[in-house]
Amino acid sequence: MLTDNNKIFHRKKILVIFFLCAGMLVLLFGRLVYLCVWQADHYSQKATDLHERERSIKAARGRILDRNGKVLADNKTVCTVSVVHNQIEDPEKVIEILCRELELSEEYVTKRVEKYSSMERIKSNVDKTVGDRIREYDLAGVKVDEDYKRYYPYEDLASKVLGFTGGDNQGIIGLEVIYEEYLKGEPGTILTITDAKGIEVEAAGERRIEPVNGNDLCISIDMNIQSYATQLAVQARAAKQAESVSILVMNPKNGEIYAMVNVPEFDLNDPYALPEGTSEEGLTAEEKQNLLNAVWRNGCINDTYEPGSTFKIITAAAGLEEKVITTASTFSCPGFIVVDDRRIHCHKRAGHGSQDFTHCMMNSCNPALISVGMRLGIDNYYRYFEQFGLKTKTGIDLPGEAGTIMHKKENMGNVELATVAFGQSFQITPIQLITTVSSIINGGNRVTPHFGVKTMDGEGNVLETFSYPVTKGILSAETSATMREILEMVVAEGSGKNGAVAGFRIGGKTATSQTLPRGSGRYIASFIGFAPADDPQVIALAIVNVPQGVYYGGQVAAPIVRQLFENILPYLGIMEYNQ
Amino acid sequence: MATQGITKRKKKEASEYFFDYSLLFIVLFLLGFGLVMIYSASSYEAFQEFKDEAHYLKKQLTAIVIGLAMMIAVANIPYHFWERFALLGYLVSMALVPLVLTPLGVESHGAKRWIKIPGLGLNLQPAEVAKLGMILFLAVLVCKMGKSVRTMKGFIIMVLVPMPVVLEVYLITKNLSSAIIILGISVLMVFVASPDYKKFVIMGAAGTAVIAVAVFVIVSSYASGDQMAWRSERIVAWLDPESQAQGKGFQTIQALYAIGSGGIWGKGLGQSMQKLSFLPEAQNDMIFSIICEELGLFGAVAVILMFIMLLWRMMVIANNATDLFGAMLVVGVMGHIAIQSILNIAVVTNTIPNTGISLPFISYGGSSVMFLLIEIGLVLSVARRIQLKEL
Repeated sequence: MLTDNNKIFHRKKILVIFFLCAGMLVLLFGRLVYLCVWQADHYSQKATDLHERERSIKAARGRILDRNGKVLADNKTVCTVSVVHNQIEDPEKVIEILCRELELSEEYVTKRVEKYSSMERIKSNVDKTVGDRIREYDLAGVKVDEDYKRYYPYEDLASKVLGFTGGDNQGIIGLEVIYEEYLKGEPGTILTITDAKGIEVEAAGERRIEPVNGNDLCISIDMNIQSYATQLAVQARAAKQAESVSILVMNPKNGEIYAMVNVPEFDLNDPYALPEGTSEEGLTAEEKQNLLNAVWRNGCINDTYEPGSTFKIITAAAGLEEKVITTASTFSCPGFIVVDDRRIHCHKRAGHGSQDFTHCMMNSCNPALISVGMRLGIDNYYRYFEQFGLKTKTGIDLPGEAGTIMHKKENMGNVELATVAFGQSFQITPIQLITTVSSIINGGNRVTPHFGVKTMDGEGNVLETFSYPVTKGILSAETSATMREILEMVVAEGSGKNGAVAGFRIGGKTATSQTLPRGSGRYIASFIGFAPADDPQVIALAIVNVPQGVYYGGQVAAPIVRQLFENILPYLGIMEYNQ
Repeated sequence: MATQGITKRKKKEASEYFFDYSLLFIVLFLLGFGLVMIYSASSYEAFQEFKDEAHYLKKQLTAIVIGLAMMIAVANIPYHFWERFALLGYLVSMALVPLVLTPLGVESHGAKRWIKIPGLGLNLQPAEVAKLGMILFLAVLVCKMGKSVRTMKGFIIMVLVPMPVVLEVYLITKNLSSAIIILGISVLMVFVASPDYKKFVIMGAAGTAVIAVAVFVIVSSYASGDQMAWRSERIVAWLDPESQAQGKGFQTIQALYAIGSGGIWGKGLGQSMQKLSFLPEAQNDMIFSIICEELGLFGAVAVILMFIMLLWRMMVIANNATDLFGAMLVVGVMGHIAIQSILNIAVVTNTIPNTGISLPFISYGGSSVMFLLIEIGLVLSVARRIQLKEL
């Protein structure tokens, strides 16, 4: 019996065991208190991370508006149709309906429906009406998520300026890239509770973090000017069977660009279509990409060319500013000029004879401008080249601006100086030319060409107004005024007379440049014009690349600018000039 | 019970014997609570797998009903009846363990620990038989040895007798946890049988030292990038489960997530997230973490208190048992339940390295609960012999 005195130790030992075990259980209770109270936040946070699956909600991208508030880039609601493998109850019905509604092959849909994944996307960018219809079938396991897609109401208008967006609504080219930060917004999230296999727990509901929509961007383009310029460029390209036509319209005082046309444009709602007449067959992915890159290329910014006679404006301005010439200086043109051992011809082989400088510009006389360059000398010429900002990029708010291709100063001899003086043997972009000419005629202030004006929220409240650097005094006001007079004479009575608009004072300069290699018969005809000549408020540059037949800038490009000015000057409210 | 033929004196005598209703109530409570928790923890997975939310619940309920029937039967048989089967039980449990290697063996979760009983759709874990067999055999042995238990020779015999079964379970079924439990039960019984303390203190100290050295060696060899056996990986996962979150620490981490996210009050019955296939064996070895997640710290405390009360009842019975054999039987059962519940809670809370131990009466597992109920039957049988006047 345990109650016997000599067995009393058994009772003691059983008591010891009990207290030992109870003690251990109490210690474990302590451990539980630590886990459930001190570590509770840590572990429950980790558990929540484990249980929640994210589905992102796209933010609506900010719109792009023209200077008058017309919407150039908008969003439309589209749907993304996906299937969740584990939730499908009737796979045959799902496949049949999705094939029919989405116009997809049965093989394609079957593969995706049968794929064992947490969520499989069947098709994105589905029209909202189709998406709504699929939703009405109320198929288990089929998810229709609403989503935004970029939509460009004017299709190919300013395509190379605006750019387009990719599958995740991110900017691919153009302003869509540069202003990505403002436009994109913050995507939201739908957090759903799921089990370990990723199946949604229906009773648990979902948590939403609302997306923040992107800001609207207001740009300086005027939809009307842009459309009209595009129309003119298309006509000119057709008439002259030219490779391409570019038109730039800008405010020379502040650098706001009203229009930038590069015909052929492309359809922003279908940017991956290859140019007409190209078949996709037999092309490698790289070749196809190269073709597309050529389609998307913005000639005004990405390409350089020899400006030709329009560049005489720069030479003249430098000569006048350095006072090596005045408007009254006389030059004699025998039809050529000898520089070192080279004989450089004037475009008029017979020569212009004796003429004052204004007439030299009106006649676009090469020997006279070469003489101006010679009088300036390499050092001075190079100094003005840099002072006018020609060596640096304009800083336009578009991606991929090409730099100037210019001789190195130490490699420049008289022959190089002579050719540069009338716009050959170096290359600049069209935007560089129009910007430099703007600063010469606007009183000597180098402006930054730009599109972005301000950003606004959805209600139209201005959030940020952009400002752009201006370099003042690259040229004296007097020289600027003289240049305006000279260029007005060029249009009024000289080679640019085709650019004249009845009743308006227009200044301008033509150019006909030969592309490299010389003698290929390929020319670039261009005209740069501004109005009113005494107080320029708008400047336009038209460039016709490789026109067939007549190729002179005065005959091919000047009429484009004239027609443009005839329409846009009254539109811009520029007063008619009454003599 | 009392029929009209029974004399007044006998009736009086019968009423003076003791039936431990408190113990029975605690066991029934734990079983009922276990069923609720098994249903909660397993219904989601059961529906996924068998299209029947109550799949596990039904199987467990069947086992419990059979187990309760056996418990009542055993409780009504005087426990001395089993004395004669002690050696047989020892030999049978020795013989059953190797059967897992024969075609009768059933594999589950990558381990062969069960044997199929032909004819019945039941799987039997030989380790469970061995636990019961060892309790019975050692109780008989202690009584047979009498005073010689106090000698050194007696002590050594007592220590060596369980060893063959322990090694068999460990080596053949690769079941470390069952081996530890059988060893633990034996040590506790020997401890009670022997009047000495010193030996056990030395044994305890030596054991602790060996474990400490082993852990140190494993951790340092892991740090130096040695290839390690899977058991040592477990040790590393124990010390820093988050570093092995996708490997050996996975189950532990998931259990900790469950416990931690339950907090003080819990998410509410049925609201566990971790049971949605995140936590492997949620209704089985890890059911305590689901209890913590759904019922919080207070649910866990309630369960721990119930176990302490159960142990207390058994202590009272053991101390008042009419003879040493009865006392030793109760000590064995008490040791079994104590060790298993302590180790299970310790594993779930990552207090010790992960090893598969179920929570008595609560975890899902048919053969485990049946054998536990047979043991409780033994304890009740011992209790019935106690005369109330002795209390």
